[in-house]
Amino acid sequence: MAPITFTLNGKRQTLTVDPQMPLLWALRDTLGLKGTKYGCGIAQCGACTVHFNGTATRSCQLPVSAVAGQAITTIEGLSETGDHPVQQAWLEHDVAQCGYCQTGQIMSAASLLKSNPRPTDEEIEAAMSGNICRCGTYLRIKEAIKTASAK
Amino acid sequence: MKTTPNRRAFLKASALAGGGLLLNFSWLANAQAADKVAALNGPEAGNELTGYVRITPDNVVTLLCPNPEFGQNVMTSLPMMLAEELDADWKTVVVEMAPHDTTKFGGQFTGGSQSVRAYWRPLRQAGAAARQMLREAAAQAWAVPVDEVTAKAGVLYHEKTLKSARYGEMATKAAALPVPKDVKLKAPKEFSIVRTPTKNVEGQKVVTGKPLFGIDYEQPGMLLAMVQHPPAFGMKLKSVDATQALKMPGIKAVFPIKVYEDGTERGAFETRTFNELVAIVGTGTWELMNARKKLNVTWEPMPDFREVVNFRGNKRDELMPAGLESTAAQFRNMQERAQQPATVLRRDGDPETAFKNAAQVLERTYTAPFLAHNCMEPMNCFAHVTAEKALFVGPLQAPGFAEETLANRFGLPKDKIDIRMTRMGGGFGRRAYPHYMVEAGLISRKVNAPVKLVYTREDDITYGIYRPMYTATYRAALDADKNLIGFHVKGGGLPEHPVHANRFPAGAVDNYLAEGWEIPSNITIGAFRAPRSNFNAAAEQSFLDELAEVMGKDPFDLRLDLLKRAQETPVGKNNDYDAARYAGVLTLLREKSGWDQPENKAKKRGVAAYFCHNSYAAHVVEMTLRDGQPYVETVFSAVDCGIVVNPDAATNMVQGAVVDGIGNAFYGGLTHQDGVAGQSNFDRYRMIRHHEAPKKIEVHFVQNNIDPTGLGEPPFPPVFGAVANALYKTTGKRFYQQPFQPQVEKTKAEL
Repeated sequence: MAPITFTLNGKRQTLTVDPQMPLLWALRDTLGLKGTKYGCGIAQCGACTVHFNGTATRSCQLPVSAVAGQAITTIEGLSETGDHPVQQAWLEHDVAQCGYCQTGQIMSAASLLKSNPRPTDEEIEAAMSGNICRCGTYLRIKEAIKTASAK
Repeated sequence: MKTTPNRRAFLKASALAGGGLLLNFSWLANAQAADKVAALNGPEAGNELTGYVRITPDNVVTLLCPNPEFGQNVMTSLPMMLAEELDADWKTVVVEMAPHDTTKFGGQFTGGSQSVRAYWRPLRQAGAAARQMLREAAAQAWAVPVDEVTAKAGVLYHEKTLKSARYGEMATKAAALPVPKDVKLKAPKEFSIVRTPTKNVEGQKVVTGKPLFGIDYEQPGMLLAMVQHPPAFGMKLKSVDATQALKMPGIKAVFPIKVYEDGTERGAFETRTFNELVAIVGTGTWELMNARKKLNVTWEPMPDFREVVNFRGNKRDELMPAGLESTAAQFRNMQERAQQPATVLRRDGDPETAFKNAAQVLERTYTAPFLAHNCMEPMNCFAHVTAEKALFVGPLQAPGFAEETLANRFGLPKDKIDIRMTRMGGGFGRRAYPHYMVEAGLISRKVNAPVKLVYTREDDITYGIYRPMYTATYRAALDADKNLIGFHVKGGGLPEHPVHANRFPAGAVDNYLAEGWEIPSNITIGAFRAPRSNFNAAAEQSFLDELAEVMGKDPFDLRLDLLKRAQETPVGKNNDYDAARYAGVLTLLREKSGWDQPENKAKKRGVAAYFCHNSYAAHVVEMTLRDGQPYVETVFSAVDCGIVVNPDAATNMVQGAVVDGIGNAFYGGLTHQDGVAGQSNFDRYRMIRHHEAPKKIEVHFVQNNIDPTGLGEPPFPPVFGAVANALYKTTGKRFYQQPFQPQVEKTKAEL
């Protein structure tokens, strides 16, 4: 297995794993970054969302080989001290119930606001519809995105 | 309000090693909530309620939260209750999750919406006792009468001498004082923390992705494991050939495990459909996923078996039938069974004569499918089991029951079993079932290493322990003037019936009959957010809506008239709801939803109300058509859970229950063909998504000073009924079969 080098949360990272291994498992099992969650493994729930060159991407279906030379951001790297406007808005609206899906939700929301700083309700719904929350916190997520959007 | 800790209460103060106060407390839950309703709610009765408050000289106030958190806010709302009576400075309170400890903390069961209700008095008494001891300590230190010492936000004051001290300064001295025998609790009007919106104490950790969950846990040298269960209910393991799998990279071992030993009684929350599994152990999740595909496992039909179920001494004999079950056949069997005699659960008056004499009888039958819990965090558990001791770390709702199971299975004394509860990525009842802990332990013992067992989503959805498959037929007898003279519910299920015989409208109708029947099934079932109620509220509340229409009454009026009867001259005994509070949520909802205003033509409304798990909830949903698809756009909710401890979190719980309810009502359902699940992941098991959630959910709480009750479950069941009733108004068709979406698809062309 040839080493694969990429940028992870702003730093150079080398991985020597099966190139077909989804990035999710390289993050969680190999690199010990547990903020990116496993929910379904088939890109249906969004719990594993990371930024691939700034765009929200499901890491459970992204082979490590595809990230060579690219930039990956995980929840651990979204902000240095956990104060990204989206994270702050999540706290302001006290969004989380169980909290398991929320890192994926936050990564999707941050990606949306980066490309579209003033999304409409419909644009928020479209961008977030790949992230499932069984606790049903969708309304607060939308409000938090609007709050972050205004900052 | 003056209260005396009941005689089974236990408060013990001790000094901390480095100075400060440690106050241990312990109450028995059944002494706190010993009414008939609590008994119905099951296993939490008999649990000990314990915890501690610790105040160190540097003024850090720590509260141990005894019950595990899975999104219901207990790690915030329980400490708030203690901090209130302690008059702590909430900003400085530190909350820690308690370990599981049989002797110190008892059962620690999270379920049945009981945490806030059960801890309301014990936690406040502990807080008040600690506060009184701190005031006493200050009074002695300052040589002033204790009555002149006041406390506020973690500071003690003596106004006449202008003396003040932070709690930490008096904690060591307080620890040497006797624990007060009775304490004065605050009147609700004195609350300054309770009833104040308070942020989730773990919010920052959640939004930064800290490893809070069981699936995140690891230890040096830890191996990972998965289990392969039969592909169908009704099948069992025949043989396994691991030759190819063992050649795969990172794979350490493959072996069969037997979750529970043959011939042993089945304890609380133990399930045995898939009792023999194939374990596969390796170094990485991806390696395990790949190697599983190379396992050569053969399965064979499982024979019938009988087993003794022993729920804390209550024994019954149960049949687990053989066979490969299919949804269509199950439906037919249920229809046939529904025609046969059933067990009478309650009878008031003479229902047979009432129906015989009726001028009109309305009869409707409702059905609902198996539901999978779909906690976003799949089942998992860390275990390290040796001959002498065992450590388990994971997401679990019933550590006390699990400990008993583990002690029996591993032949270890309870004090050699260390159980640590992590934050749970959802629970909804599913994590009360300890099979995954046993599996992890068996694997660890076999490979002689620390192991984390992880289920894939497919493993999680297809393992069983579902909300049962239900049906119920409701009949109403009307006289010539359209007065309701008889009511009959006959409910059945696979494998348990849903009927709560003493719930509304029992008590409101002179002639009433409730019956139940059951069909054994080898598809395992378990507690699912508001068990049984989650079906009853859909069926009964739809039926009442249709009945109101037949009677020519407004649906609010019909319910309120019946509740008035139940309040003024209740029929029968053991009605397990408070008719006045039930009517209260409806009255509040009627006002807040603008029900009596002219209906907006584009928005059709449906109402439903229900009582379960000690709280009352009602919703009005407003439905529109969006590209031909019925869509719940706005929801008004009214809830009576007594004092609302943490209002913003309580609102969040209700909003979440509404969204979850809409999702399950429209889409939730698991089908089987020859025992094989028709849905095994979120591509086919449809979950509600962002764009399908309402635009607004307005939550109103009945304002009263009644001791608080829970919210995890009560707002969930009536959502189903409100959705069904709005669907009728929107489409002109009644929907009797859940999930609704497939029925909606059939009618869309007509809309």
